[in-house]
Amino acid sequence: MIPELGHFALALALALAVCQGVLPLVGAHKNDAALMSIARPAAVGQFVFVAFAFACLATAFLGNDFSVLYVARNSQLALPAIYKFSAVWGAHEGSLLLWTFILGAWTVAVGRYSRELPVPFAARVLGVLGLLSCGFLLFMLLTSNPFERVFPAHPDGSDLNPLLQDPGLAYHPPILYTGYVGFAVAFAFAVAAMLSGDLDRTWARWTRPWTTWAWAFLSVGIALGSWWSYYELGWGGWWFWDPVENASFMPWLVGTALIHSLAVTERRGLFKSWTLLLAIAAFSLSLLGTFLVRSGILVSVHAFATDPARGLFILVFLGVVIGSALALYAWRAHTLDSDAGFRPLSRETFLLLNNVLLVIAAALVLFGTLSPLAVQWTTGEKISVGPPWFDVAFALPMIPLVFLLGAGMHAAWRYQPAAGLGRLLKWPALVALVAGIALPLFVYGRATGLVVVGSVAAFWILAASLVQPLRSWRRAPGTPGISRSVAGMSIAHFGVGMFVLGVTVVSAFGVEEDLRVAPGDSVEVGGYTFELRGLENVEGPNYRALEAEVEIRRDGEFVGTVRPQERTYLVQQNPMTEAGIEPGWNRDLFVALGQPLGDGAWSVRVQYKPLIRFIWFGAVVMALGGIVAASDRRYRVNVAARERQPVAAEEPA
Amino acid sequence: MKPRHQRLLAIGLAAAGLAVATALTLRAFRDNMMFYVEISDVVAGNVPENRNFRVGGMVVEGSVRHPPGGIDVAFTLTDYAHQLPVVYSGILPDLFREGQGIVAHGHLDENGTFVADTVLAKHDENYMPPEVADSLKRHAAEKTGAAGPAGDGAQ
Repeated sequence: MIPELGHFALALALALAVCQGVLPLVGAHKNDAALMSIARPAAVGQFVFVAFAFACLATAFLGNDFSVLYVARNSQLALPAIYKFSAVWGAHEGSLLLWTFILGAWTVAVGRYSRELPVPFAARVLGVLGLLSCGFLLFMLLTSNPFERVFPAHPDGSDLNPLLQDPGLAYHPPILYTGYVGFAVAFAFAVAAMLSGDLDRTWARWTRPWTTWAWAFLSVGIALGSWWSYYELGWGGWWFWDPVENASFMPWLVGTALIHSLAVTERRGLFKSWTLLLAIAAFSLSLLGTFLVRSGILVSVHAFATDPARGLFILVFLGVVIGSALALYAWRAHTLDSDAGFRPLSRETFLLLNNVLLVIAAALVLFGTLSPLAVQWTTGEKISVGPPWFDVAFALPMIPLVFLLGAGMHAAWRYQPAAGLGRLLKWPALVALVAGIALPLFVYGRATGLVVVGSVAAFWILAASLVQPLRSWRRAPGTPGISRSVAGMSIAHFGVGMFVLGVTVVSAFGVEEDLRVAPGDSVEVGGYTFELRGLENVEGPNYRALEAEVEIRRDGEFVGTVRPQERTYLVQQNPMTEAGIEPGWNRDLFVALGQPLGDGAWSVRVQYKPLIRFIWFGAVVMALGGIVAASDRRYRVNVAARERQPVAAEEPA
Repeated sequence: MKPRHQRLLAIGLAAAGLAVATALTLRAFRDNMMFYVEISDVVAGNVPENRNFRVGGMVVEGSVRHPPGGIDVAFTLTDYAHQLPVVYSGILPDLFREGQGIVAHGHLDENGTFVADTVLAKHDENYMPPEVADSLKRHAAEKTGAAGPAGDGAQ
């Protein structure tokens, strides 16, 4: 009964989404207040029904209702309850439901916080979001119904993929999707602005906090995914340029360009049509990512079992969304001229370069991701593109970007005298050179080529990000302190510096060795001694495992004990490696069991990963900076009050 | 700067950046592009010269051996028409098993043995890399009557 209620709720949600998608848009066009006022209640109703469906599916999972096909395929009696709950989005149908649920949540939030916007504009935004919901609900009801029954019911379920039996499944997809789907809001604002033809600077001010929040969630989501794959899937790697990783990374790159170009549009009224295009592109790339994951046309660890009908639906949906947005853009964009100007040395120029470089990076990642498909369609050859190519292609635009960043964040709008910028950046430059060479040379014992470039770049950003906070701290009493915009920018860029430092050090000085180890043997990796003390059998709730005890010492001194496991899940009989990790702020020590080699010996992967945690903490700090900036006062005061006192425009953003 | 100059500057910078990036990355692209070669072609010697390529197939039952002393592993891959001996030094993925479809990256040595530097087995037992499924299906179809195992492997 409960699954049928869930299914019915989805159908009702679709009906409400149609109302939400069509009536307010018609109302805004005809200036009919009654039709426009339907937007908010319809959005709330749609969300309530999707949430109800979600609860129904969760109930089916927790109640072991194996007469539901999706539950039977992705759960099992002995599965721990937490994994039963996160298994709701562990495969295709449920993750689509999660996607729709999150879109609904964003829509309700937009409805709640858009009361000070002009009524037709808010109606259009909610209408566009409603149309997007229609697309996803239709997709679910037509091709991917999570509530489909199976007769006879499976007696006790065929279990969740062991890889997904990890807390990572509970937090990574929801946060990632919140970011992904959040770009739908920026997209809806852009489309609403183009529909109304009213593209003044206030549009950018309304969009900016939403976009920044979505971007922050996406940053954290990607970082969590990287961390998860590091300890669970990747044998200690943190990024593989897998097509699905790229699918989330491309919207991030374009989204990063978007939040910077929105700054220019909001402050100076420039780059308007470019900003619109980026808003369309960021969401289109999110949809493209969905298409790549669902259709299974690319070889990827994330590929779900494939179904051509699903791929086709998403492709058509993608075509309709992107096609109509671009058609609207072509119709409206030429009206967006601006008379404002700027000098070659100014914040505007730096942000322009930021955008150019980020878009080039995104284009290269897109090229590398899709080229195997293009080659296969044109020549029939099956090729793949290796991570080394992505490393090179991505570093090319990023190296100039990180060096420009340090100067750009201190440049004034319109015109920045070179002498002033030079004076301000003298100290950060000195710090960057000294620390950037000293760290690799004295701590890690080698300072060559790219290592120095990376480490100088990292310290350059770290030092440059501290300039504004330090000045605010040492300011004369009575003068105003740093605004949240500037604080957020400084924090986010500090995070970029941490990230660059982590990537540089772990790529240059990380050690990874595959070794043959028998109980009692010791091996030495990265200055640490790893001793295999013994192996024993242990039992989990739904798996058996062989657990190794490995003691780690450095110069004879005890550092820690790790217990990597080789698990066999009982239902699917799948083996899974659980790595043993001894974490630290400045290094991780990583041990994973491979295969038995005979005579009691095992192949073992042992790794020393210096500063690897800076990569993920850097991303979290970036997101934190975004949230601080998005909470700036000027996004909260109401429109009327802002028009009376336009003071906020003096501070840089 | 006036809007027209801004636009020219933007376009100029973008074009210059793209040109440099394209030139450099296309070069790197050629070096990093790996072709998929069918086992039958590998056995016949039709492989790309002096560069790595990918092969895919089923691991033959009972073919996995660990020579004593190291962490090397040797096994045989088949597309049900031909067999290819493979050696690999390192840790195999969790789902590497006899009778399972895998993909390997590497090159051919002078004895006709494939020296793999990466072995991939997907983390979903129902999932088969599309290129492997393709070639298995084709060879199974050629050998009508003996098509048994490839049928369910290619689903």
